[in-house]
Amino acid sequence: MHCIVTGGNVKVLAKAVHSLSRIGDELYVEPQEDGLALRSVNSSRSAYACFLFAPLFFSRYSTTSGDNFRCKMAIKSVQSVFRSLTTLEKTVEKCHIDLDKQKDRLTFTLHCKHGLLKTHNLSFQDSESLQAVFDKDSYANVFKAQPRLLVDTVIHFPPSLEEVTVSVSDERMWVRNHVEEEAEASKAMLTELCLASDEFDHFAAQVHNSVTFCLKELRGLLVFAESTGLPVSMYLDEPGSPVVLSVTDSVLEGNFVLATLSDDPSLRKNSSKGAHTAAPPPPDDFMNDDMDSYLIAMDTSIAPGPSNTGPPPPSLADDTRSKRPAAVSHKARIRIEEAEEEEEETDDLDRLPNKKFRSLFFGSVLPPSSQLSTQPMTSQEVLASDSEEET
Amino acid sequence: MKFRGKIIDIACLNHFTRVVTTISKLTKMCVLRLTPDNLFFVLSGKVANGGVSMWCELSQANFFEEYQMEGVSSEDNEICLEVTPENLSRALKTVQNAKAVKVKLTKKHCPCLTIAAELPTLSSVSRVVTHDVPVDVIPRRLWHEFKEPSMPDFDVSIYLPPLKTMKNIVDRMKNLSNFLVIEANLNGEMNLKIETDLVSVTTHFRDLGNPPWGDDASQDGGPSQSRDPESMVEARVDIRRLQQFLMGQQVNPSKAMCNIVHQSVLHLILLHEDMSLQYFIPAVA
Repeated sequence: MHCIVTGGNVKVLAKAVHSLSRIGDELYVEPQEDGLALRSVNSSRSAYACFLFAPLFFSRYSTTSGDNFRCKMAIKSVQSVFRSLTTLEKTVEKCHIDLDKQKDRLTFTLHCKHGLLKTHNLSFQDSESLQAVFDKDSYANVFKAQPRLLVDTVIHFPPSLEEVTVSVSDERMWVRNHVEEEAEASKAMLTELCLASDEFDHFAAQVHNSVTFCLKELRGLLVFAESTGLPVSMYLDEPGSPVVLSVTDSVLEGNFVLATLSDDPSLRKNSSKGAHTAAPPPPDDFMNDDMDSYLIAMDTSIAPGPSNTGPPPPSLADDTRSKRPAAVSHKARIRIEEAEEEEEETDDLDRLPNKKFRSLFFGSVLPPSSQLSTQPMTSQEVLASDSEEET
Repeated sequence: MKFRGKIIDIACLNHFTRVVTTISKLTKMCVLRLTPDNLFFVLSGKVANGGVSMWCELSQANFFEEYQMEGVSSEDNEICLEVTPENLSRALKTVQNAKAVKVKLTKKHCPCLTIAAELPTLSSVSRVVTHDVPVDVIPRRLWHEFKEPSMPDFDVSIYLPPLKTMKNIVDRMKNLSNFLVIEANLNGEMNLKIETDLVSVTTHFRDLGNPPWGDDASQDGGPSQSRDPESMVEARVDIRRLQQFLMGQQVNPSKAMCNIVHQSVLHLILLHEDMSLQYFIPAVA
């Protein structure tokens, strides 16, 4: 493989790499007929990102056809090639990327001003194919917004915040932080932001859903989108189905796929598939907050001090939620094809369902057969063996 | 018990946010007292915070366009809440460009101070962001712990040097020792001293000026009046407490002074246009 990136596109490539570094520690490189694919996945397989650069992105792009070459390398090494974005912009004229099969090396050569050449030889490892399966066009809810809108939204949440819940209705989108019930629910600060549909370039909410996913991984995409000015499309489906965010232009396509919390099958109600919709949280009713009854209860209590005077927090149905995604235990490794668990929608937001993160589905394109199956179908033919894999 | 306030002016919002941020740097938790005219952030001196106490007073009219409250009862027309100021600060910092910010006492899963802001948008509908900051209501029988501290019977009162200068010096001294002696006299002279086995360092300030408290300050008339202007009084304090106080200051106050009760307490007073802050650091042996 041999390709050349020139001018401003070097910075775009660099930003994509930095963006992928927010997801996982390794960069998967796969030169394809339709372009160069750079991918990354996090260790728990709950976040995946892929940037596909079309041949037109490059001033020269050649792959040896029929060569199903894939590799992966430490993303930090690639980041160090593109370390300072401002310097890149000012001094780098071209970037050559060459594959040296004999030495298992990918060579990045930066042609800079004044005839300076910086060559980075990065070793790679052969890798399995990393391809998440998702069909964003089949998703019920599609939104498109300028990156500024999303950046302005996430700024209200602290950088340390893990999870955020997005709920949609016909005209509005609510974004609020998600608090785990076992952790100090009564002490956590809750933030909620409401966006109107006309702030979006495109807003189509066919099913009123609520999904919860990790905010941290999203920020990587937002940084990329904001600096390139590309609008971000967001695809939402039911809880458990991953949320997909993508940026597209004529020469590149970036997709970030984030797993969402799903509802535990043991708490499923018999809801008819597809028809039942989740009501988004009601708007905050400012007028009806009655502190007086609370106060009376408190004054008459014999509790000792301020920290102890609250009424006991509501006891919660279930706190056996496990956040560890199923992938770590028994789910698909990347290349073993396996059907994902299918679950019915559970839209009961009044009770607090026991949830766990769904892992992303890698590999299978089987039709969703048994809705009630809670076991992965293991009768699949294993197409590639479980060779090396990280811990 | 109800509270509802609204801030519209951007400058007021900015000031209020800075006050709350300063408080958040001084203590993790404190008590917010709401009265019809004022807001107070209070930290009562307990062993847990090294005996340090704080009293910050704001006049609500300086910040709020609308302010309505109903206290616990008509005789006790006050609300006392225990709050984590950092949460308030975080919530306020993100809404600096809001058209209006409402602060309200609400009951969600627990009592909360809800900060709701209307943000300007390009669309016809404003974007509303709400932050629910959980608080604990403090019952009346504990209110006595959070009363305004009385002015100590100080020996010397002196204006402080520029806080930034003081902070730089204290930062460096902190590397050498855990305790710092602050001494001052009625002649406008102040020294900051540290002493260890290996080294002693003193920084001298002159011509600082002494605030004219007048007759009502020197209550018993005796010691303060007849004190030799050259003689120094001192207080040895935990340097981290002093540093924390200096680090938190975001704006230069109109007046900054300290009162020293010899070997007993260091009382720092900062006066701004729209708020006053008092900070007590007990002296250690």
